[in-house]
Amino acid sequence: MDGKRKMFISGGIIGLIATILMKFGNPGNMGFCIACFYRDIAGALGLHRAPVVQYIRPEIIGFIFGAFIIAIAKGDFKPRGGSSPFIRFFLGFFLVIGALMFLGCPLRMILRLANGDLNALTGLIGYLVGIFVGIQFLKKGYTLGRSTEQAKISGYITPAIALVLLIFLLVKPAFIFFSTEGPGSMAAPIALSLIAGIIVGIVLQRSRICTAGGFRDAMLIRDYHFLWGILGIFLVNLIANLVLNFQSFNLGFVGQPIAHNSHLWNFLGMVLAGICSVLLGGCPVRQTILASEGDTDAGITILGVIVGAAFAHNFGLASSGEGPTTNGKIAVIIGLIVVLTTAYSIVKQANQIRYEKKEGVNNA
Amino acid sequence: MPKIVDARGRSCPEPVIMTKNALESNPDEPIQVLVDSQVAVENITRFATGKGYTVDREKDGEEYILNIRK
Repeated sequence: MDGKRKMFISGGIIGLIATILMKFGNPGNMGFCIACFYRDIAGALGLHRAPVVQYIRPEIIGFIFGAFIIAIAKGDFKPRGGSSPFIRFFLGFFLVIGALMFLGCPLRMILRLANGDLNALTGLIGYLVGIFVGIQFLKKGYTLGRSTEQAKISGYITPAIALVLLIFLLVKPAFIFFSTEGPGSMAAPIALSLIAGIIVGIVLQRSRICTAGGFRDAMLIRDYHFLWGILGIFLVNLIANLVLNFQSFNLGFVGQPIAHNSHLWNFLGMVLAGICSVLLGGCPVRQTILASEGDTDAGITILGVIVGAAFAHNFGLASSGEGPTTNGKIAVIIGLIVVLTTAYSIVKQANQIRYEKKEGVNNA
Repeated sequence: MPKIVDARGRSCPEPVIMTKNALESNPDEPIQVLVDSQVAVENITRFATGKGYTVDREKDGEEYILNIRK
């Protein structure tokens, strides 16, 4: 099977499963949303106390199990890390601040668009602009440095966390919070969500689909390989929604589930998410898969996402259906300044080192 | 002796960018790229073959050596 077709089918499986999860109870246009799901997990663990968004999403646990198992089977599992973990933590932190301004990770952005939510088009334009900005830093020598092999045990931490979360989900101890109303209370049955997550985790690990990578490679090296995967998610999700969720299909800007139509902030939120995704080397869903393969830098990024999501609700930064908050707008601006300053500083230092090396050669 | 590009431990898409820069600076010279992940092998192979180069891969323990030439 040629690469493009394989990519399209891989994306298609993800798009189809997203529709099924929505059909069986997940919130509107939220078959998958990596930012929202980590936010719900943060809430379930009591890291934030917004009562409407607290649930241990089995899809995330499934992603991790699926990717972990297939990575071991295929020899991709490799404990590694040490590539600027602290910077990655904050890139993850601000990525989710941007995503929760828009109300969705890049994957949910595609799913929102495939169910007619045109606000996601504004988000997509923002995401593309963010990716374009990130690429300019890459071209100028931006790097977070090499990762190196790590102790074997470090690679098992992410799957172990997933296992603990699964136990909490099934046992429901008193210290875990579960929403009784709002998006956090809307969920497909646990077994279905878990199995769906495992399948998608396997597909994502094998195909290496990344929403940022797809657009980035198209712009940077004119490689459209991963874009076929994104197209597969979009088209199959669109068709499956029209067949299975026709009553909820709604083309337009208003009355969209868990969305707002403040165009400027949908745009800017996803600019921030796009820059962070490129600077990290992958979008939130890709970071989740990498973490499951033993990449501890991606694991730290996920922790940044979870902590960022908790702050987003504790400090009133996350948008709601009513629109963005003033605090959220300030946080997105701060996020843009922080990540641009960080990237600029890294590029400047990298070029300084290169220049000094050249000088050294010339003087020798 | 071909030019060696050491892209081991670099996160996506840096290995491809490093390969691209090396090929663009000397389009007809063979280069050798060192990587340590299967994903980097796939991405570099797809990029270089798309540009009309041939790519031979050798596996050296946990690492890969990609020989890229016209």
